[in-house]
Amino acid sequence: MIAQSMVGAEPIATGQLSQNTNSLLHFDAAERRYGTPGDTNGEVIAVDGVTCSVAKGSFVALVGASGSGKSTLLKMVNTLVEPSAGRVLFDGEDVTTLKQSQLRRRVGYVFQGIGLFPHFRVGENIAIGPRLTGEQLPAARIAKLLSLVELEPDMASRMPDELSGGQRQRVGVARALAGDPQLLLMDEPFGALDPITRDALGERVRELHEELGLTTVMVTHDMAEALLLADRVLVMDAGQLVADETPRGLLGGAGGEIAQGLVAVPRDQAEKLAAMEESIAAKAAEKAKERAKERARAKAAEEGRAP
Amino acid sequence: MMGFWETLFGLGDKLTAHVVLSASAIGLGIVVALPLAVWASRSQNVARVALGFASLVQTIPALALLALFFPILLSLRAVFGEDLPTLGFLPALLALALYALLPVLRNAVTAQANLDPGVLEAADGVGMTPWQKLTLVEAPLSAPFIMAGIRTASVWTIGAATLSTTIGQPSLGDPIFAGLQTQNWNLVLAGCFASAGLALAVDLLLGVIERGLALRRRWQYGAGFGAVTLGILVAVTFQYGDALFAEERADGDPGPIVIGSKQFSESYILSQLIGSQLKKAGFEVEYRTGLGSGVLHGAVANSSVDISVDYTGTVWVNELRRTDIPPREEMFETIVAWERENTGTRVLGRLGFENAYAFAMRRDRAEELGGITTLHDLKPVASQMTVGGDPEFFERPEWFAVSEAYGLDFDEIRNFSPTFMFNALKAGEADAISAYSSDGRLSAKTYFLLEDPLGALPSYDAMLMLSPRIGGNQAVVAALQPLLGAINVEAMREANYAVDREDDRKVSPKRAAEELAEKIGL
Repeated sequence: MIAQSMVGAEPIATGQLSQNTNSLLHFDAAERRYGTPGDTNGEVIAVDGVTCSVAKGSFVALVGASGSGKSTLLKMVNTLVEPSAGRVLFDGEDVTTLKQSQLRRRVGYVFQGIGLFPHFRVGENIAIGPRLTGEQLPAARIAKLLSLVELEPDMASRMPDELSGGQRQRVGVARALAGDPQLLLMDEPFGALDPITRDALGERVRELHEELGLTTVMVTHDMAEALLLADRVLVMDAGQLVADETPRGLLGGAGGEIAQGLVAVPRDQAEKLAAMEESIAAKAAEKAKERAKERARAKAAEEGRAP
Repeated sequence: MMGFWETLFGLGDKLTAHVVLSASAIGLGIVVALPLAVWASRSQNVARVALGFASLVQTIPALALLALFFPILLSLRAVFGEDLPTLGFLPALLALALYALLPVLRNAVTAQANLDPGVLEAADGVGMTPWQKLTLVEAPLSAPFIMAGIRTASVWTIGAATLSTTIGQPSLGDPIFAGLQTQNWNLVLAGCFASAGLALAVDLLLGVIERGLALRRRWQYGAGFGAVTLGILVAVTFQYGDALFAEERADGDPGPIVIGSKQFSESYILSQLIGSQLKKAGFEVEYRTGLGSGVLHGAVANSSVDISVDYTGTVWVNELRRTDIPPREEMFETIVAWERENTGTRVLGRLGFENAYAFAMRRDRAEELGGITTLHDLKPVASQMTVGGDPEFFERPEWFAVSEAYGLDFDEIRNFSPTFMFNALKAGEADAISAYSSDGRLSAKTYFLLEDPLGALPSYDAMLMLSPRIGGNQAVVAALQPLLGAINVEAMREANYAVDREDDRKVSPKRAAEELAEKIGL
């Protein structure tokens, strides 16, 4: 079921992407190894031959346990990590042959650790990408980007350490959007945030995805988040893609054992919560019944005493 | 005697030299350390080697490190030619820069290692080139820590720069070394006060910059950098301003003549005496005081010092590496010829007195032991006597020569530091001590020197040494001629005593030189 729907390697190798006119991102047997090749102890295979395409306008969640290779796969897209073998194509072009500065303008990146530069003001942080290519971002544009992530424009003059965690990641998202990217990559973007902030920001990102017509790939270990935000979920395990399903499909039991194991976690939680709620409701109903009986008994007694 | 404040305010030229030297050394240290730190942050092996080397350098005492650069530069002349200076500014600069390396390097490497990896990844992720990453992220975030390293390096360097006096570089160490030797505590205090004050002021200023960088207050670190730059500029102007605006020298004018002295009173007095003679003849004069004996000999040979007073016995043993002891005239003639052929130094002549190793006794003790007047008389009583000497003496050829020639076998041999030698004799801790024949304290009535009828002790005639640069200058030679053969040992002892004595009649070497000049009729 993995990538079966995707094109094989051959037509891509010959440069014909007709089947993929709608795909913005394509992994072609992408592989990443660390350490000495052949050394069984020293060699680590982080990404083990992943082939798949991401269509324009889709919101894809990349899910898996720690060490499954999902972050490495994401980093191969903007060449933070280079493939040991295979290729990653962005809009039909091999990312390793693209000029890095241009590639990174077209690909917004939201970091796991937020990664704001502590010595730059919020505004300078947002404007850093364009600045690197010699372009100065106008204040109005910075204000607009801040408003996109629901922050006040006067935040631009603050230092990052004056902001809350949620505000900082909002700035991180604004920075990723500063270059008007086609593709937004997010590496565990909400991992460090509290649940309420996380939900609010997640929803905002989903809205921005629609408003700006972005293609988004989000790495997360939280299946619930993936199911709620994405319209396609890729599941990775030990460097390989083991499931490629819609949230609906996953909830319907598709995707195989590993994917279902991940889906089971939030589902069990939800079921337990529901059961708890039910039992609380049942107890409350029983209590209400008893109280009603008691009242009736008391009433009867009162009436009985009365002549 | 000059007062403390008067001395302190007279240190202007030493202070500027000290500032220029320290600033250059710290600057060079930073210029080397920062790229090395960047490299080290990208390679574990480079980090290990660089930090290991810098730590190793730090374990070498500053004094030894400074001295080591003399032979190192001497051997480098094979590569860079004979004009490479081996004394003075260059070796001091190199040694101090090496010393300044460690704190800057260590702080820079530590700062880089402790940078938030998330921020570094973000720098790559937003598309920074390695150079942009270094200048926009790594450098500004490491700056406060690097500045702390520079602060430490500056305080160390300013302190250690006082030791560069010993290799012929003027610094605030000049008054300290001169004062220690002549026991002029005002001079020592003034030197220490000035260098400590400089170190504190620099530390304070760099501290302001460091905090400015940490708090990202541009005006604060900007003002700090401005103040530091201004200070260095002022020092450089004072030091080199004269040279910049000086007119071309006329042909035959040798420019300032540099007079070197070793680390004891007699040497200070004689350099002042020579200086005043040259000034009278219209020459410009500079002094390099407190040099080590071997260093001074080398300095004259390569003309970084022009004139010194050396002693035949010293040159014989240390430079010619001879262990035999020829008669006085023969030794002198051999040295004159050797210097001419090997170093190009011109031995102009002898001053007329000796400052030899000799044996001194208390007059009353000599009477008790049966009226001793010569080394010969010691033989029958040596087995009841204790002899004292400085730690070096009992290893020197003089000691072996004397004990062999007179068949002396003392009951006990004790080491004393030179300062306490006469106290030991006075207190009866030693019956005889090794002494220098021109020591001022011998002109007091209490002590006398034993005669050496067999001539077992080598002679230590004071000689006037001229550098190859100045040796052929007739006007210089004419100005110095009156000094040759003019100073007898009594006159020298008196001058030495005037400087060495510890009562209120103590005078400065300069004053003693004036009195000596008067006495010998100059």
